[in-house]
Amino acid sequence: MLSIKNLHANIEGTEILRGINLEVKPGEVHAIMGPNGSGKSTLASVLAGREEYEVSEGEVSFLGKDLLDLSPEDRAREGIFLAFQYPVEIPGVSSTNFLKTAVNQVREYRGQEPLDAVSFLSLMKSKMGLVEIDQKLLSRSLNEGFSGGEKKRNEIFQMAMLEPKLAILDETDSGLDIDALRIVANGVNKLKSADNATIVVTHYQRLLDYIVPDYVHVLYKGRIVKSGTKELALELEEKGYDWIKEEVDGATV
Amino acid sequence: MELTQQAQTAEFFKRLNPNKLAQNRLDIFNQAKEALIKNGLPKLKEEEYKFTAITKTLDKAKVSLLPAEKFDISASLTRKEVIADLDADIIAFNNGVYDANLSSYSPSLNVNVEDGSTETASFKKHFGSYAKADKDAFIALNTVYAKEVVHIHLAKKEVLTKPVIFRYYQSNNQETSYPRVLITSEEFAEGAFIEQIISEEGSGYFINGLTEIYCAENTHLQYHKVQKQSKEAIEVNTLEVFQEKSSTFSSYLLSLQGGMLRNNLNITLNGSGGEANMNGLYLLNGQSHVDNHTSVDHREPHCNSNELYKGVLDDSSRGVFNGKIYVRRIAQKTNAFQQNNNILLSEDATINTKPQLEIWADDVKCSHGCTTGQLDEEALFYLQARGVGKVSARAMLLEAFAADVIANVSIDSLRNYMIDNIKERLGAHY
Ligand SMILES: Nc1ncnc2c1ncn2[C@@H]1O[C@H](COP(=O)(O)OP(=O)(O)O)[C@@H](O)[C@H]1O
Ligand SMILES: [Mg+2]
Repeated sequence: MLSIKNLHANIEGTEILRGINLEVKPGEVHAIMGPNGSGKSTLASVLAGREEYEVSEGEVSFLGKDLLDLSPEDRAREGIFLAFQYPVEIPGVSSTNFLKTAVNQVREYRGQEPLDAVSFLSLMKSKMGLVEIDQKLLSRSLNEGFSGGEKKRNEIFQMAMLEPKLAILDETDSGLDIDALRIVANGVNKLKSADNATIVVTHYQRLLDYIVPDYVHVLYKGRIVKSGTKELALELEEKGYDWIKEEVDGATV
Repeated sequence: MELTQQAQTAEFFKRLNPNKLAQNRLDIFNQAKEALIKNGLPKLKEEEYKFTAITKTLDKAKVSLLPAEKFDISASLTRKEVIADLDADIIAFNNGVYDANLSSYSPSLNVNVEDGSTETASFKKHFGSYAKADKDAFIALNTVYAKEVVHIHLAKKEVLTKPVIFRYYQSNNQETSYPRVLITSEEFAEGAFIEQIISEEGSGYFINGLTEIYCAENTHLQYHKVQKQSKEAIEVNTLEVFQEKSSTFSSYLLSLQGGMLRNNLNITLNGSGGEANMNGLYLLNGQSHVDNHTSVDHREPHCNSNELYKGVLDDSSRGVFNGKIYVRRIAQKTNAFQQNNNILLSEDATINTKPQLEIWADDVKCSHGCTTGQLDEEALFYLQARGVGKVSARAMLLEAFAADVIANVSIDSLRNYMIDNIKERLGAHY
């Protein structure tokens, strides 16, 4: 469903992604790990269409379409969802209005009738249960004054509302206590199906106990330098990243 | 003849026949006339009109400062910008002059159209007491030329059951209208006022309005104004508010369109416990130019003033904000807050903003801040990443930015009208 070939991206001339290759098929869970600053969020942002990044080389196709050709909103409407590492606080924009607009614009794009107020609210109710998010949060402005954990939970709630085909979770686990982590992971697992896929960006193995990956990739200096199965995550947990850094840096010298 | 000169010649006053004015009114008239002859209209770069070359603009538009004649107001004009579901007492003005035919208000509303030949006691006490002709040329000009004064008086404990709406109908004549209003009150009165200027697209005119409001002790008054005029409209208006002890006054201004609009709002807090709220929102595009000059004078202790002005400027529109706060030496325990935030949507749009605080008391809380920036790109991307189209996302953010300025408008129909206009201007029909 997602095919990334030799993707290079830079910001203001600094190359951050330096040739990424990745294939994701429906039903799969991929974990992307790697030390801070290796380019994980950049990859997620480039896939979601953030304009600050310039793609200088490579291709990304998603469900047969050239992803790089699409605006951020059209990527979302095609079924890509990015759970932000740092969700933005937007004072004055009501969570509910925003979500209703988002859901209905996505539906419109897909040729579906918009949801009326009643069916929208009942959809919201059912999804709220899924991630155990407090209704009070949703009556406030989008993410405004939310704690770190509440923001992350809200990301997963939005994901549940939008039912994406490919979800990219950028460090959704960071800042969560163990209970919140379990709830968030639970939400993600319940949304999993044979038709959709998940990319989990994390640098702790902890989350992977709950969301079990089919593949684990290590991103370092803008490249995927190692891929394996979930055992790789355990190995990283145990040994850290130094051995990988040495392998890579040693090899390039 | 250039207007600056025109305003100063005897010729200019020839059409006036002030002989029939009662003595007090005549004195005020003469003072205004002298001020005008002495000072003329604002000269280029004159401090108070530094960014708003009003005299030049009037000259360029070949505006005559002579008072416009009444015109035939078409039925379609009377239907323009009617606020849906607003049940209000209507006071209509035809080119600045009271229009009885188009006005309709409850018999209980105490309205007097004063031509100046006779004066009630409260009129005599308040008229011209707050808007001083030597302070501003346009106060002088209005004082000289306003034919009649619409005087509304709220008796002790009177609570207006409906808002009063002033509808100023303007023709296309490149002449000048001088509407003049005086609102006075006695203790514990409450009331809300709305002002609209109605003109056809393409109409050129100058409107120089002046409203004085006297807030007696413990009164609650609100004044709302929506500026949605022709692109050629030129306006200088002054709202002079004088507040006694424990009175609350709130103003709301929504500026959407006009050629060059200058709004002067001056509030004097003359008794302890007073509260003044000043809210302004200017959402401009094209070549609209809107200049807000506000001042609040804390003359007594324990008063609060809150000022929030926000602007979104697109195309080559221009905004000016100047906010003066004076805190006199005896005005201890003053709280004065001022905020001016702007978003520029185009490289050609400009804003000049200047807070001016003069504080002589030491035990006060004053704060002010101004910001000018672009739309928050991070927030925009966040919304887009959820499938919200760029245009809607932009509108959503702008609307959120603007909304709090009018959030406290308590007349539902008016607030809805404002919100609809804000949405329309910001493209927020998502
Ligand atoms: N806006 C930016 N301007 C310049 N450099 C950036 C910017 N954003 C990220 N980077 C750099 O790109 C690299 C990768 O960052 P990021 O993708 O956030 O890493 P990760 O998510 O793996 O921690 C880092 O070295 C970071 O400093
Ligand atoms: Mg990151």
